Amino acid sequence: MFKPIHLVPAGTRINFMRPHKIAFIISVIMILGSFALVFTKGLNFGIDFAGGVIMEVKSSTPVADLASMRSELDNLELGEIALQEFGAPDIVLIRIPQQEGGEVATQAAVAKVKESLGSDWQYRRTESVGPKVGDELKSSAVWASIFAMLGIMAYIWFRYEWQFGINAVLALFHDCVTTVGFFALTGLEFNLTTVAAVLTIAGYSVNDTVVIYDRIRYDLRRYKKMPLSQLINQALNETLARTTVTSGLTLLSVLALAIWGGEAMRGFSIAMIWGILIGTYSTICVASPMLLYMNIRNIGSDKGKTAEVEAQA
Amino acid sequence: MLQFSKYKITLILAVLLLGLYTALPNLFSAAHIASLPSWLPARTVSLGLDLQGGSHLLYEVDTEALVKGRLEAVEDEIRSAMRDKKLGYTDLGVKGDRITFKLRDLSAIDTARAALATTTTGLQLDIADDGGVSVYFSEAALTEVKKHAVEQSIEIISKRIDQTGTKEPTIIRQGEDRIVVQVPGFGDPQRLKELIGKTAKMEFKMVDETAESTGNGPATSVQLPVIEKDGSPGQKLWIRKPVMVSGENLTDAQQGFDGGMPIVQFKFDSVGARKFGDATKANVGKRFAIVLDNQIISAPVIRDAILGGSGVISGNFTTESARDLSILLRAGALPAPLTVLEERTVGADLGADSIEAGKRACLIAVVFIAVAMILLYGLFGVFANIAMLLNAVLMLGFLSAIGATLTFPGIAGMVLTLGMAVDANVLILERVREEMRNGRSPVNAMEAGYREAQATIFDANVTHAISTMFLFAFGSGPIKGFAITLLIGIVSSVFTAVVVTRLMTSIWLRQARPKALPL
Repeated sequence: MFKPIHLVPAGTRINFMRPHKIAFIISVIMILGSFALVFTKGLNFGIDFAGGVIMEVKSSTPVADLASMRSELDNLELGEIALQEFGAPDIVLIRIPQQEGGEVATQAAVAKVKESLGSDWQYRRTESVGPKVGDELKSSAVWASIFAMLGIMAYIWFRYEWQFGINAVLALFHDCVTTVGFFALTGLEFNLTTVAAVLTIAGYSVNDTVVIYDRIRYDLRRYKKMPLSQLINQALNETLARTTVTSGLTLLSVLALAIWGGEAMRGFSIAMIWGILIGTYSTICVASPMLLYMNIRNIGSDKGKTAEVEAQA
Repeated sequence: MLQFSKYKITLILAVLLLGLYTALPNLFSAAHIASLPSWLPARTVSLGLDLQGGSHLLYEVDTEALVKGRLEAVEDEIRSAMRDKKLGYTDLGVKGDRITFKLRDLSAIDTARAALATTTTGLQLDIADDGGVSVYFSEAALTEVKKHAVEQSIEIISKRIDQTGTKEPTIIRQGEDRIVVQVPGFGDPQRLKELIGKTAKMEFKMVDETAESTGNGPATSVQLPVIEKDGSPGQKLWIRKPVMVSGENLTDAQQGFDGGMPIVQFKFDSVGARKFGDATKANVGKRFAIVLDNQIISAPVIRDAILGGSGVISGNFTTESARDLSILLRAGALPAPLTVLEERTVGADLGADSIEAGKRACLIAVVFIAVAMILLYGLFGVFANIAMLLNAVLMLGFLSAIGATLTFPGIAGMVLTLGMAVDANVLILERVREEMRNGRSPVNAMEAGYREAQATIFDANVTHAISTMFLFAFGSGPIKGFAITLLIGIVSSVFTAVVVTRLMTSIWLRQARPKALPL
């Protein structure tokens, strides 16, 4: 058989630690920027959270006439109706905002739009969410995120020393916050699927961090005298091949989803692409160098353990 | 590390075969499966409504309206009971969740208590010393009333949907006062909503002719609209409040034709027939109204007493609206109004498009990964690819076996799992390369690679599983589908990517006895 390609050559000595302060600054700016964007510009909430109606309709003509459709629907006075070509020129996504008068008015709005458009259209999808369910979905999404973070934190705490636990969760927080910030910046729709994407990113991000932390811990036991900075850098280089290949392959499968998975999957896939990139970045440039500032030298060395025992006694 | 006992090999093969066995039916069409022998599994992955098309509707039973309606009925009874006993009162009315009024004569408190005892059975009756009376449902009774209303609603909704001939609707209670209705592949969601959401409270009442002529009605009459052919409310008529006969006394309703016009034929039970007979006998020549949910379907003149207990409604019907009305009348009225809180309807061809897109994305992702793995890891890439395919089979088999629902986000979960699952192999093989560089022999390097990578793989997957579990716990509908697919994928991928590839590698090592690993 042929000789397999080594994507990353053995024994790389890239100095990941040197620019770590710049990376910290960039990350802090990104996190603060994300918060600022979310609070000023806000998120483009989809109907799952904001309530309202979306209808995906298909025209009987090869190209939908958005202009005449818009003027027709504007006559209904249902608030700001947004029209958007959706994946194909004959398919239109209609968004109707939350109606005053709650659930009943929302249902009435759906009926009005259908009546106004008439029978030239095929209704591919109708989704309506009333204010009550919107609020509930919002709170359950928040709870899911909080519990997922706490759960991950608990596990890392249990499995690693606390220094690693804190760092892993900080990195996780970094990834989730900047992903939400990314949605605020781009104005991509933020809906239930996005929350699923954010939590999947959380899983992926921790996954990535854990792999490198495992290596750092392993090296801590092997090279007891090596300076910490050099040791972390070595661990990063040793796992670089794996990091590149795994990120690359996951990115490939998400790209397939983004390009060929249909219009409805696009938001999710774009979030995932961002998440994989940011997750890899944060593991290498944030989570690992941050260990420098935690006292981890004693961890794993038997000497350290005995010293601790003595100190307690 | 690379030694496998006979038991272990048998167990691994058994798991794989079981996966294959349960995944098998997914390859065939439903008709094909039915013709297969019965010892073969018949369960396939059930597709979510977003993939097969259908409507998901979340309803809320308006229990407040129900309680208010009950109290109003009791209020009428109280009024007549007080009148019978000649007891004076003021300010009688329903306020919030209770009926309140004031007794004029404070010495009559005990008489009033006795007089109200029967009309307020099942309710709390409080009479204060100052003559203030309040009648209300106790906490326990309220819960019971609501529970009963939701159960009754579910029963009536299923009757209505069954009558349309739709297969396999799911109608379940959610929380205290909600009902989830899932109907796969219903052609016209608007009609479905109308069928489910109509209270369908049918009442036969008299038209108030005096009020009609003067244009001004007493408190005992109300103005109700006559419903037009397109369903919109039209001209209004004054209707007397007392009910002659109500829909509860109907035993049957059928759609028919009269001179080419669609009509609804109905039959009363014996009580209903007697009431209707008496009322029509006493009012020959006058108009009565057939009222459905406070809208008048028709208001015909009574030509003769109708004694047979059956009759015909000829309103402004289309064939379809007449058929739907007869369905509603047969199934009975809902105890309380329903509100749609959430609707998700997907047409069958969007569902088909989604399946197509999902399949395509899956296939392309598999090809991408497979090619990359072979280029990167050669023979071991092939092993990892076989494991990836087995993983897909296991996921499909497991999803089928537990009857899980595959949703569109679930397909995304599958695609994602494919990419992440090879991570285990990447971890192992990169580690093996490292051990080779340290000068270990092929067998040694392999053993060390699997051993060292194992803990990492475990940790990485557990943390991933944790976040997915919370997604499952808090997510709704399609998101739950995504989480369950991901969760199954995480478990099965660890098995195939770690255990199965190790078995393949160990067999290969024993057969080929290589001097160096092709890695």
